[in-house]
Amino acid sequence: MAVEIHIKNTMKKYEDNIVIKDLSVTINEGELFTLLGPSGCGKTTLLRMIAGFNSVEHGTIAFDRTVINDIPVHKRNFGMVFQNYAIFPNMTVYRNIEYGLKNKHLAKTEIAKRVEEIMETVQITPFRDRYPDKLSGGQQQRVALARAIAVRPQVLLMDEPLSNLDAKLRLEMREAIREIQKKIGITTVYVTHDQEEALAISDRIAIMNKGDIQQIEIPENIYSRPYNTFVADFIGHSNRLEAVVEAAGEMVKLKMETGAVVEMKGLKPLKQGCRVLVYVRPEEFVLCPEGKGMKGKVLVKQFLGKYINYLMDLGTGAPVEISMDTNSVERICKPGESVWVSVNTDRINIFDIDTEVTLMRGVENHVL
Amino acid sequence: MSFKKGIRFDFWSFVTVLSMVFFGMFLVVPVGRMVIFAFQGKEDVGFTLENFVKFFSRAYYRKALFNSLKVVLLATILVIAIGVPLAYVTTAFKIRGKRVIDILIIISMLSPPFIGAYSWILMLGRNGVITNFVKDVFGWKMPDIYGFTGILLVFTLKLFPYIYMYTKGALKKMDASLGEAAESLGYHGIRKVLGISLPLIAPTVLAGATIVFLRAFADYGTPRLIGEGYSTMPVIIYQEWVSETGNNAYFASAVALIMMLVAAVVFLLQQRISGRKNYSMSLLNPPKPKQLKGVSNFLAHGLVYLVALLATLPQIYIVCISFRNTKGVMWAEGYGFGNYLTVFSKSGASITNTFKFSLIAIVIVVVMGTLFAYLTVRRKNIFSKVLDVFIMFPYVIPGTIFGLILLMSYNSGPIVLGGTVAILIIAYVVRRMPYTVRSSAAILRQISPSIDEASASLGYGAVSTFFYVTMPVMIPGIVSGAILSWITIINELSSTLMLYTSKTTTMSVAIFQEINRGGYGTAAALSTILTVTMVASLLLFFKLTKSEDIDL
Repeated sequence: MAVEIHIKNTMKKYEDNIVIKDLSVTINEGELFTLLGPSGCGKTTLLRMIAGFNSVEHGTIAFDRTVINDIPVHKRNFGMVFQNYAIFPNMTVYRNIEYGLKNKHLAKTEIAKRVEEIMETVQITPFRDRYPDKLSGGQQQRVALARAIAVRPQVLLMDEPLSNLDAKLRLEMREAIREIQKKIGITTVYVTHDQEEALAISDRIAIMNKGDIQQIEIPENIYSRPYNTFVADFIGHSNRLEAVVEAAGEMVKLKMETGAVVEMKGLKPLKQGCRVLVYVRPEEFVLCPEGKGMKGKVLVKQFLGKYINYLMDLGTGAPVEISMDTNSVERICKPGESVWVSVNTDRINIFDIDTEVTLMRGVENHVL
Repeated sequence: MSFKKGIRFDFWSFVTVLSMVFFGMFLVVPVGRMVIFAFQGKEDVGFTLENFVKFFSRAYYRKALFNSLKVVLLATILVIAIGVPLAYVTTAFKIRGKRVIDILIIISMLSPPFIGAYSWILMLGRNGVITNFVKDVFGWKMPDIYGFTGILLVFTLKLFPYIYMYTKGALKKMDASLGEAAESLGYHGIRKVLGISLPLIAPTVLAGATIVFLRAFADYGTPRLIGEGYSTMPVIIYQEWVSETGNNAYFASAVALIMMLVAAVVFLLQQRISGRKNYSMSLLNPPKPKQLKGVSNFLAHGLVYLVALLATLPQIYIVCISFRNTKGVMWAEGYGFGNYLTVFSKSGASITNTFKFSLIAIVIVVVMGTLFAYLTVRRKNIFSKVLDVFIMFPYVIPGTIFGLILLMSYNSGPIVLGGTVAILIIAYVVRRMPYTVRSSAAILRQISPSIDEASASLGYGAVSTFFYVTMPVMIPGIVSGAILSWITIINELSSTLMLYTSKTTTMSVAIFQEINRGGYGTAAALSTILTVTMVASLLLFFKLTKSEDIDL
């Protein structure tokens, strides 16, 4: 039942404004594939092209081998969950879910059985006779999901489905969606601008910017080995430092702006003397004994319970953000204090200073 | 909009074509013909400005334009002076029986002005009951009601409800915390009202005032009945077209064009001003009416009751007098159902005609209005923009003119509709559809298009999506627009007067004729039947929708 979605060289222009540029991607059978990016990056446009709400003028979109460019929306056989849920306000929960099935020429008993089943799956059976205005956001969300999957579509499309829920419910629904998606094994395209949500829910993530895919990867790799600085900046927070290659080879010596020298492995071949960008996440700093690493002065201390965050002046111009696990520090530094820090060379990422593309060996963007 | 690989011809393309053909035939062609006629002379010499020269060179015609503007502008000012304070009092303070008063005001607003004029003549005219009473008891002579004063009186009392309804709607949407914020900043009482409330409702009042201006400017019945020598533009047009001395379609067209231009300027001016000053407000804290005490409570109630009484007095008086016996055209002693018997035997056809025509028209209005509303909101393209303009157009075309140009266009040639039922129904549909379209479109704008998309994603095509999902959700808007369309159709006089024949007489025309030939008793009986129909429709509407108001 599940299909592969092949998107080949698609492009979308509104007048002179290019929203999607020459984009190709294959979404595997049964996977939850997330389009993640800032607003205006084209993720929703792409999703709506798959749905058929936006036309495809250039390139092709295919479900398995069937090109769907010219198939009208109502014949594409997909289910969709909308950002505002789009529950039909004139129908009860039951009627909403039944609506898609009634169009499928099924026996009445079969329809009833399927609706009951799906209501059970998404846990909304007690609300079957309610109208949407008497449902909470989370319940509406469940109805929307039930309605979309009740017709057993080939593809499930979700457009920021959790953005209208409060934080707690968002976590709960995230789990529910993930669980149900795996249970029925449907190829799913999920759009969100929330990186944490994307990391938690996805099999693979495509990071988009300005109508282009920057990198396609599993969540762990997207986080730890971003392909370029855009991805690194978008996922989590990184301190951007500069360094000069002091010694090239298998073990590279990088001389930081602060004067400290960092040795690391696993880089692509580099020339001596060339400058690079060093991306260090706040948690990738480690405290050093006095006199080793880089000397810094605490500017701001922020205690967050599990973590302690510092803003520190390392003498690099902009203050640097450093995060420590409360359990692993012996004492909490005060503003004005001097400390010595170094970086975790297994974790930090190095980028080319001109192209801003990764210099880490083996990191690919997987863009076709 | 994409024009790739040819245009897909679907249901909505069909509706688009239908809308273009309909308005093309019954709006563009007539207006076009009028414009062409306006620049033609009687001898068909081609392009000429002689009609305009004639209009502006003769004092008689210039006077009519001046008269129209004078009485209409003054009426608009008076209407604001009454409507705005009234709306403020009823929303800010608790008034007993407010619901009944609102219904009375809506009824007086929706009943045709000429019936009001007729009723005021019966009360305050040369031989009116009040005039005679005052003369007999006090020996005083009442001021003359005919002419300018009478028209102004009727317009003001007939049209202030528009401002009242509009303003009330705006005040109800004004968050109570705004007033509280103003008070916390030291603005109190009248300074609060002038500083905060008034500027915020100003665009709404302006919109209401525009409607009042256009309605008064277009009204033919009132100046015709109570104006006597005070001739206004619609009267001139009617005379030029109908009277034996006139019968000059070219000149009438030119006058109509001048009128339409004035109306269009007013309309566009309002659109521009309110386009610039549109405040958006969030309503978290709806205003709550306060309970007044002592003298101010008494004054507030007094004001509201007095205005409501004056507004409904003509209607009430007509109902009462409809039971008075008559002898020929004279009043006789005693009360009974004589007038009604006469009406049913003599003008029965006009009653059945009214219902027949109105029912057909309202069905067409609802079906086309709903579909057209969908087009203008959900299928944005060049055609739906044009359609939007077409739908606004009838607001600026006075009924007499519309009847006239429709008749000019379809009185001869390949399609002859003059004298048919069809032409009346077409006039009703074009003129009264805007209410239904606007209110259906308004509700559709509040509904996210994603419910349509959800339906499509579940395998439903454009047509089934519309009928299963979109239309059911639009129903409240359709119904509240349709009630306005319906009531204004059964009341329609001005374009009917141009288009009816002895076989297609409607109630409003019959009333008008009866008044003209002095059959006051039968006119009153017919008016009462019309009023009862209207009230019944309104009450049914309130019951069905569980609302207490109508949206204008």
